[in-house]
Amino acid sequence: MSFVRDTWIIFARSMMLSLRQPLWVVIGLLQPILYLTLFGPLLQTIAATSGFAGDAWQVFVPGLLVQLGIFGGLFVGFGIIAEWRSGVIDRQLVSPAARTAIIAGRTLRDVVVIVVQAIVLVSAAFFMGLRVPVGALVIGLVLVALLGAAFSFISNAIGIATKSEDALAPMVNTLALPILLLSGILLPMTLAPAWLQAVANFNPFKHIVEALRAVFLGHFGEPIVWIGLLLAVLLVVIGAWVGSRVLAAQTK
Amino acid sequence: MPTATAIKRNAAAPADSGPVRTNPFQPLRQRALGGNAAREQKDLTVSTNIIEAQGLKRTFKARGAKGKTIEAVRGIDLSVREGEIVGFLGPNGAGKTTTLKMLCTLLSPTDGSATVVGADLRRNPVEVRRRIGYVSQAGSTSPEAKVGEEIVSHARLYGIDKQVAIQRGKELLQALDLAEIWDRTCGSLSGGQRRRLDIVMGLIHQPRLVFLDEPSTGLDPQSRANLWNHIRKLRDELGTTVFLTTHYMDEADSLSDRILIIDHGTIVAEGTPAELKKRVSGDTITLTLRTEADAANSAGIAARLNGADEPVTEANVVRFHVPDGATALPVLLGALTKAGIDAIGVDVNRPTLDDVFLTLTGRSLRD
Repeated sequence: MSFVRDTWIIFARSMMLSLRQPLWVVIGLLQPILYLTLFGPLLQTIAATSGFAGDAWQVFVPGLLVQLGIFGGLFVGFGIIAEWRSGVIDRQLVSPAARTAIIAGRTLRDVVVIVVQAIVLVSAAFFMGLRVPVGALVIGLVLVALLGAAFSFISNAIGIATKSEDALAPMVNTLALPILLLSGILLPMTLAPAWLQAVANFNPFKHIVEALRAVFLGHFGEPIVWIGLLLAVLLVVIGAWVGSRVLAAQTK
Repeated sequence: MPTATAIKRNAAAPADSGPVRTNPFQPLRQRALGGNAAREQKDLTVSTNIIEAQGLKRTFKARGAKGKTIEAVRGIDLSVREGEIVGFLGPNGAGKTTTLKMLCTLLSPTDGSATVVGADLRRNPVEVRRRIGYVSQAGSTSPEAKVGEEIVSHARLYGIDKQVAIQRGKELLQALDLAEIWDRTCGSLSGGQRRRLDIVMGLIHQPRLVFLDEPSTGLDPQSRANLWNHIRKLRDELGTTVFLTTHYMDEADSLSDRILIIDHGTIVAEGTPAELKKRVSGDTITLTLRTEADAANSAGIAARLNGADEPVTEANVVRFHVPDGATALPVLLGALTKAGIDAIGVDVNRPTLDDVFLTLTGRSLRD
């Protein structure tokens, strides 16, 4: 299968370049760690009040993981614009490589980076007191990987379509803020007034966060878990579709 | 339809990871016919056109204006013979890069058809991609990546085995005087080195045809001259057909066997540099005078010279053409002295491609 082979070649090259620039991986890691250490303790006191099911870490870490998946993926488009500018994208487009592989290989690299960051995050949370079943952690990492893939596809696609950091930056920020505020990533939406909860229900990420929180509480059988996973898979499919459409349009 | 030779050669094309060649240039040299030999050979084998395009056209939707389109390329016919270096000369925005991108499968034509190295451009772009090399003016490598890694990664997209890629890459680097850069990062190379690395990348799958988009843009004069030598070597030693775009007339003049001049999306002239220059009527005489009044009077005198065309006056400079500058000059200077006009400068120039362009389009290439 040339798609698989080409994706692997593009992935291997991108991964090598990322490993050579570990600074960005470290910066990406720093953010969730800061949330964990500087915002987590605040939650300890709030957790005692109403609206919280489970301890602070069981509520907060799923939110951070989802945030890592979304934000880790959302900003990768800047990298692909730089690659386009140095002629790498055109060079690969003029080769017989499968079009979709050119974006899928990069997205795979982003997913690997994000999953490594997620593992570090969960390990740090363990030391701060997070106690959950191993199965919950596995599902958590799978969800992070899916979200990372979906957003990496979309960000890479916007990057390649616009070829301009000035166009990508406002788009990414416009997407990011409502997703963040309406998903209950930082605080559970159960604390919100009714109207805000109603609005948040339209945000798929709210359900994904709730799914992961249920899993962290050990409620594996709840329907919300399946809804959350299904939504994440759906997002990847949409992202991959948009990504390959944009790549194909490059030579139109 | 691909010619018989094209099919046969493609069957032996090096894109697969077949047996390792100790010297990748060797079999290529057999088809390389060398400078003059190649030129003579052309007449015998007229049918082996490596590019054959008819009515190639590309329109873009104009931004902002609804339904409005811009015709970047307006139906170009062109043919390139195997073993030629063809220069595609025109000012910025003339449609050079658009045409090149169409021939390289980076842009699909709005209309028209083309066969590139025996493969149909519209029906089989993937096969065209396997058979051509493309060197973009934007470059081809990430500054943080190591030279060797970029070469091997690129080669593998063509299905070339890693070991073969390493060997071929090192040999190509050597051939382009880049022997010691394998482990360096691409960003640490000089502009000229990086451009030559781009050419190595474009040649790693041993294509019979390579496209160079504005190869010497941004290089200093020494790097340019050095690059030109290497481009000539591509044809003379590797037998690669070279199709290059440029807006520098000296580049087109010095490198090309044949030049296609493009303006406003159409080819306005075609021929060897010498043929094209013959179209310009003779030598250019440029007179610089002290005042604009002197210039106007001199223009009148110049116009009466034997065989002179209508002089063009810009401020205190008068420019016109005569069949033979060397014999016209004494007559001109004598007439000026008689009229009491004191010229501060006189230049006689053999025709350049810029004059050709000026004659064809009424504009200078430099504009």
